[in-house]
Order: sequence, then structure tokens, then C-alpha cells
Amino acid sequence: MIIGTLAMIYIFILAIFTGVEVISRVPTILHTPLMSGANAIHGIVLIGGAILLGMAGKNDALFTLGFIAVILGTLNVVGGFVVTDRMLEMFKAKTPGKTGKDK
Amino acid sequence: MNNTTEYRFEVFVSNPGFDDFVPAAAYLIASLFFIIGLKRLSSPRTARSGNFIAGVGMALALLGTFLLPKMGHFCAILIAIAIGTIPGWLLARRVKMTAMPQMVSLFNGMGGACAMFISMGEWIKGADEGPALPKLLGIVLGSVSFTGSLVAFGKLQGLISEKPMRWPFQKAINAVLLLAILASAGASVADSQRAMLWIVVLAVLALLLGVLQVLPIGGADMPVVISVLNSCTGLAAAVTGFAMHNMAMIIAGTLVGAAGSLLTLLMCKAMNRSLAKVVFGSFGIAPKGAAAAAQGDQTMREISASECAIMMGYARKVIVIPGYGLAVAQGQHLVHELEQMLEKRGVEVKYAIHPVAGRMPGHMNVLLAEADVPYPKLLDMEEINPEFDQADVALIIGANDVVNPAARTDAGSPIYGMPILNADKAKNVIVIKRGRGAGFAGIENALFYQPKTRMLFGDAKAALQELITEVRGL
Repeated sequence: MIIGTLAMIYIFILAIFTGVEVISRVPTILHTPLMSGANAIHGIVLIGGAILLGMAGKNDALFTLGFIAVILGTLNVVGGFVVTDRMLEMFKAKTPGKTGKDK
Repeated sequence: MNNTTEYRFEVFVSNPGFDDFVPAAAYLIASLFFIIGLKRLSSPRTARSGNFIAGVGMALALLGTFLLPKMGHFCAILIAIAIGTIPGWLLARRVKMTAMPQMVSLFNGMGGACAMFISMGEWIKGADEGPALPKLLGIVLGSVSFTGSLVAFGKLQGLISEKPMRWPFQKAINAVLLLAILASAGASVADSQRAMLWIVVLAVLALLLGVLQVLPIGGADMPVVISVLNSCTGLAAAVTGFAMHNMAMIIAGTLVGAAGSLLTLLMCKAMNRSLAKVVFGSFGIAPKGAAAAAQGDQTMREISASECAIMMGYARKVIVIPGYGLAVAQGQHLVHELEQMLEKRGVEVKYAIHPVAGRMPGHMNVLLAEADVPYPKLLDMEEINPEFDQADVALIIGANDVVNPAARTDAGSPIYGMPILNADKAKNVIVIKRGRGAGFAGIENALFYQPKTRMLFGDAKAALQELITEVRGL
């Protein structure tokens, strides 16, 4: 357990630096989509919910909590990725082929 | 027992054995995908693929989880996923572009609630399943994120007043609440007989803190609040990962927590707000006296829609400055229509986009792109500022602070130093504005009182509709 905890703390610290480093050069226009994308990524709690539910066994309380958690986590993941994609779709749509409508 | 715990280090998940190799590998690849996805999300060319890659990472992590040993209830998991997917998908697909920010907040809140419930479940499993701290943190962070995001959602959606709400002893109440949270967390560990009761008390207090912390913050600051809550949920996911010994959750949660914190700071910088002032509120109190004084000796000059139409219809160059008011009124399609009609008359029309125009940084670009405004017409602040000299008309729609010359000249102004659009350099300025009041920040805008400025009062959408009719009649 001690080793496990230590390893987790290592990973935690390294992930902090990675998280800061990878987005440090984001332009202002991408702030909102990036926030939305990050929002989808923390939907990873979904798998925590799945594990809680999947290993609940015959414990009703755990089963219920896990079931609710999976629903909420799925909302976070699906909603997050779809909303982000819709935002970014807008960015893409404006570069090519703008001659059609606005003539 | 000892054996078990040592294996945890090797395979990173709560159950030892060779069976764990596939899930562990899936988690590793998923984590890499999250990092690459975030990296690509921060550059316009690669952003969309970045989101897709992160999505694939999520699917991999989920698949890996199904292969964990001792997993059961697969049917229930799939049903719960289906129940979550359908409303999530429908909401996300159908929501209007203008309502995106509150959608992000809503989904963020769901993630927070999820972390809260998981941590409670981990708590129920008992004290022998690892230390209490990550579980308690998961409950507190998840709860605050949950209700805080719901209040932010309510404010942006118009369900709750967007105005900063204030009540007596605000900060003292929050401080007491925070102490009570610490006390009940301590009690839940110390008083093992009634641990479950204390955990519920803890969750309720944390849920209350989320509400009380966000209610006093005004609508215009919501982007910063959502960003703070976003990294808060990230952190909640990470500590839940600690409680469950799940590497994918620790890595993904920490990435979002760290990236989200930096993003919050970047946003504050772009909006020239201080994070402390947003979170602990004090913005807009000081300048009110100055605003009243300025109003006394100056007048705004009103203009009718038909005069506006003539001014713009016979101009050579018009620069449109869209702002918050346009986003709220959802007038982006009408602006585009007006722009097309003016172009037909030979008027050159361009858009000046301030980095923080709209409800969030970058939001205005998304809105105008949705209305099919061609990309080359949207110009950044640096590109457009030298062009205001040659513009006959600067049409300001629902923007205020981003064109306030006080940011350049008045060192005492709260927005001093914020880069602004030089609308005051144009030959004429037309301002479409809902009312005479100062902007959210409560700062008076000298531009509105200049001799070359004309005010067209009204809702952005209604005013634009009128302008279109008038220009058509020219």
C-alpha cells in the first residue's frame, strides 16, 4: 500500500506538469472549446462509477450509488465530447468554401 | 492482505493478477490519448482531431474497465450508460450555440456529482479499503462542483438572477461553512460509530457551500467560475482515482485539474479580471460613485433606426463590434443579414472581435461562424485596430467594456490596461444598447458621451431587425 500510494503521488505530480505544459500556448479563441474538451476528459469518473457498480456484488447501497454514478458520468462524457465537437465544427466550417451563400 | 497491496503498485488497479494486464495497458494508452488530445485541442488546426482522440481514449478506458477481474453487473452498467447517453446526446446536439457555456457547466456538474457518489460508495466499503482522506476530498470537491455548476448553469440560462447576489456576513458565513466541513470530515473519521451520518452531513454542507460560493458572482464572470469548477471536478476525479487505485482516473483528473487551473488564469488575464476578485467578489463596488458623477454633466445622443440605416447605407466602410448583448439576444444571424445587405450596396463590412467578446473567450467567433459569416471578415483586435481610422461607422452591438477608452487613458479605472478595440477612432460610432446603465462592471463609458457617438436603445435583435428593414427601404 505504501509503495502504491507513493507511486500514485509521483504520477499525480508528473500529470500536473504535463497538464500545464500541453496547453500553455493556447490562443484566446480556443479557451471555450478547450475548457469544454477538458470537461469531457474529467468524465473519466465514469469508469470509477462502472467499477463501483461492477464490483458492488450483493450490496444494494453500492449498487444504487454505482448505477447513479454511471448515469451521471456518462452524461458528462457524452455531453462533453459532443458539445466540444459542435463548437470546433464551427471553427472548421469557416475556412473552406465560403463562396456559396454570401455572394 | 500485504500481498494484495504490493501488487497494486505493479498493475495499478485494485485487483492483482495477470488478468489485469489488459486493463492496465488500456489505461496507459487512454492516458496517452488524453495528453495528446489536450495538446491538439490547444491549436486551432488540430483541435477537432484532439477532441476525437480524447474521446477514443475514453472509450478505451471504459473497455479496459469491463475486462477488470471481479467485474459483474455488466447488464446494469450498460443500462446506466444507455440512460446517460440518450439525454446527454440530445441535449448536446440540440442546444443553441449561444447556450453552449451553460451546457458545459451542466455537464461539469454531472461529473462532480458522479465523483461525489463514487466517493460515498468507497466510504461505505469501509475503512480497511484504504485511507479516508481521498474519499473525503472526493465528496467535498465533487459536491461543491455539482451545486456550483448548477447555479452557474441557472444564472446563464436565466433561471436565477444574473446579478451578483449579496447578503450580510457573506464571507463570514462561507468561512463558518468551511470550518464546519472540516469538522464533520474529522468527525467522520473519529466517530466511527456514526461515520455514515457524518458523511451525509459533510456532503450536505459541501453542497451548500457550492451554492453560496457561486450565487454572489455576476453573470459576466461566469466563464471564469465555470473554468474554476471544471478544474475542481478534474481534481475530484483525481482524488477518487486515489481512493480506487485507478491510474487512468488519477492521470486524466489531474491533467484536467492542472490544465483547467492554467486556463482559468489565462482567461482572467484575457478579461483583465483578478481571480481573487471574481471568486471572493468586490468588483463593481468602487466605481459606482464616479459613474454617477459622470452622468450628471453629460448626455447621450439618441438616434433613430432610419437615420442609422442612412448613415451605414451610404458609408464606404463599416466595422461591426459584436459583444455580450448580441450573444444574449441571439442576434448573430440578423447581423449577418445586415452585413450582406450593406455589402450589396457596396459598403465594406468587417467584424472586430475582441478576444473576450461574447460570453466566453472565443465564443463570438463560434457564434458568427454558426451564422455563416465568412472567416476573412472576422478580424482580431490587433488586425482591426489600425483600420478604425478609415471606417465611416463603427457599429457597436451590446459591447461596452471592450470599447471603453478609459482602459487606455484613465489609470484609476478598474479596467485600465485592458487591451480594447479603438472604436473611438472611427468617424461615427453607433451603439446598440439595451439601456442607459453602465456595463456589468459598473464602469461608465466615456465613448457613449462623445459628440460623434449615437445611441440606438433597444434589444439587439429588435434593433437589428429594424435596421434591416430600413436599409432595405433605402
